Amino acid sequence: MASQDILDGDRASRGSFINDPKVRGIFFQVLVVVLLVAGIWWIVDNVIDNLRRSNIASGFSFLRSRAGFDISESPIAYTSDSTYGRAILVGFLNTLIVAASGIVTASIIGFIVGIGRLSRNWLIRKICTVYIELFRNIPPLLVIFFWYFGVLSVLPGSRDSIHLPLGSFLNNRGFYFPRAVWGEGSWLILLALAIGIALAWFVARRARQRQMATGQPFPVFWTSVALIVGLPVLAFVLNGFPLSFDVPKQSTFNLTGGFQLKPEFLSLYLALSFYTAAFIAEIVRAGIIGVSKGQTEASEALGLRPRQVLRLVVVPQAMRIIIPPLTSQYLNLTKNSSLAIAIGYPDLVATGGTVLNQTGQAIEIVVIWMVIYLAISLVTSVLMNWFNAKMALVER
Amino acid sequence: MKHIAIGILGAATIGLMAASASASTLADVKAKGFIQCGVSTGLAGFSAPDDKGEWKGLDVDFCRAVAAAVFGDGTKVKFTPLSAKERFTALQSGEIDILSRNTTWTINRDTALGLNFAGVTYYDGQGFMINAKKLPGVNSALQLSGAAVCVQAGTTTELNLADYFKSNKMEYNPVVFEKLEEVNAAYDSGRCDVYTTDQSGLYGIRLTLSAPDDHVVLPEIISKEPLGPAVRQGDDQWFHIVRWTYYALVQAEELGITQANVDEMKNSPNPEIKRVLGTEADTKIGTDLGLTNDWVVNIVKATGNYGEIFERNVGSGSPLKIARGLNALWTKGGLQYAMPIR
Repeated sequence: MASQDILDGDRASRGSFINDPKVRGIFFQVLVVVLLVAGIWWIVDNVIDNLRRSNIASGFSFLRSRAGFDISESPIAYTSDSTYGRAILVGFLNTLIVAASGIVTASIIGFIVGIGRLSRNWLIRKICTVYIELFRNIPPLLVIFFWYFGVLSVLPGSRDSIHLPLGSFLNNRGFYFPRAVWGEGSWLILLALAIGIALAWFVARRARQRQMATGQPFPVFWTSVALIVGLPVLAFVLNGFPLSFDVPKQSTFNLTGGFQLKPEFLSLYLALSFYTAAFIAEIVRAGIIGVSKGQTEASEALGLRPRQVLRLVVVPQAMRIIIPPLTSQYLNLTKNSSLAIAIGYPDLVATGGTVLNQTGQAIEIVVIWMVIYLAISLVTSVLMNWFNAKMALVER
Repeated sequence: MKHIAIGILGAATIGLMAASASASTLADVKAKGFIQCGVSTGLAGFSAPDDKGEWKGLDVDFCRAVAAAVFGDGTKVKFTPLSAKERFTALQSGEIDILSRNTTWTINRDTALGLNFAGVTYYDGQGFMINAKKLPGVNSALQLSGAAVCVQAGTTTELNLADYFKSNKMEYNPVVFEKLEEVNAAYDSGRCDVYTTDQSGLYGIRLTLSAPDDHVVLPEIISKEPLGPAVRQGDDQWFHIVRWTYYALVQAEELGITQANVDEMKNSPNPEIKRVLGTEADTKIGTDLGLTNDWVVNIVKATGNYGEIFERNVGSGSPLKIARGLNALWTKGGLQYAMPIR
């Protein structure tokens, strides 16, 4: 209140609103907005004018034209008769596939290595340290090249494929394994799986309630495994084994049949996973160390076993520290997936680049790239923030 | 959201478009003192740096010829290596003055991309190359069903490939890379069975493989690939200079004017040679073009005529040993034909 009085007195004594901080503040804000709008208008006007002057067709209508080129990997139906729009959609889906699988694998490796770095075993600790320092300090592009040129392209050709167990093959065209072909009545197995998951969830809930009420624990984990694995297996057997395998076979040029993971996908996926895992490992380590030692000691004093200490006390608190920087790593991995272009994996940037070159619509394609990457990143952020809010300590 | 999108659009293009506003390319080129020429990142015979780092090739020599026409000096040219994807944007934005980069002339590029093709410096067609040692039974492209095919991204080659396999009801697996070197490395390492690009390119690339003799180029030619230099639309003077430089090279060959005899030829009584070399009295051919009247003399002194350029870079004087074929003069059964210089 006192300061307000002084300000009021100030204004009264000078009798001018030029020196009024409030008026000045509004003035400068209006000025910034006007300059920004004028700047944007000038840029857009310049672009439109220049495009017209250099006789370059513009607009997004080209997305409906026939693409005319093929794409090596597509999760949806795509031929050279599809449209440019669909080609870009294929690239977008390929980006999502490699990013999603990379995020899952990087998280798993990252958590294992991060915990391994805190191990009491000297050898495990050192191996994890070397891993982190190695991958964290090499640019991701080189890691991709390492997998592509250093590992996968020096494998033998398709005639001398390396035979792996279970009818799978490894050669310089990729990793081939048998594809499961489900026969009639397979939906029963899916149904059994769904029932198993639902029952397991129900059991877990009842067990928690019982433990809260009576203090008696219940072996939830093993019961769940029995339900989720056992029920589908039972359905499978009762149905008379409705499953066959499409095994890869040698033809003139390649192995045909089965399921093929191409070296472009494999090297990008492995490189992104291993590279990002090194950062995640450090984040996990920081999170665990960040939980004060008193917490561990207190829970040991309560008689919890080491495993329970980790699971019930340390990890939930560490997650609070881990999740925000983890989000950044997930975003980095997604954006780094655009390095796919260096090895010919048809991601968003690669297919968009081809469309750009076939149509010459540079500005439109760049806008599409930016909007899509922005959207992916924002969605990832929103999901991770929601997860973070769920994991945050409930303060009473 | 709308504002964000517009902002991004603007930001992405302000740098791109700033340079293209100027009206006369000739004036700009004369002011900076050299021609900026867009070439490939390295295609033997067409545009590739030699062991001394000097650019060599048919496309390179064409730019030198334009530089000789403008400055009387074939060395006043700088080269910008461009990937297939970068080439049109580089020309549209004014980063380069000529695109002379084994680029196929198509209607879409002529109309929708704001380019003008000045002529066809090399008539080519798309072919296939395979490793004959690994695939001994294959001697026709029609046996390639199921093969993995290496191809460069964003080229007419990529489109022809899709059309060819589709129309012959064959399947294939495209292995697509952005840069020529990446395609070469992938093919050489056995990532794909077949390499497809313009046939002249296949001969050049074969020389760079680890075992050139193992590889054969299949007989089928599946497309027309007229390769030529392109300039921006909207500057007729510059377009004319580039187009008539090409005609001058062909005309010089037709008239037998070579790098060695051009000074002698200036004294020739033949009225056609006098007109071309600008020794006719009160001639205005060169000055009407915005150049000097001895522009053809300068061109031929710098690079030789079209035939000399061809033989030196891709023909009998080069490791590629490509026959003139379609690229012979029209008088010798080929397609190279110059409009009259008069």
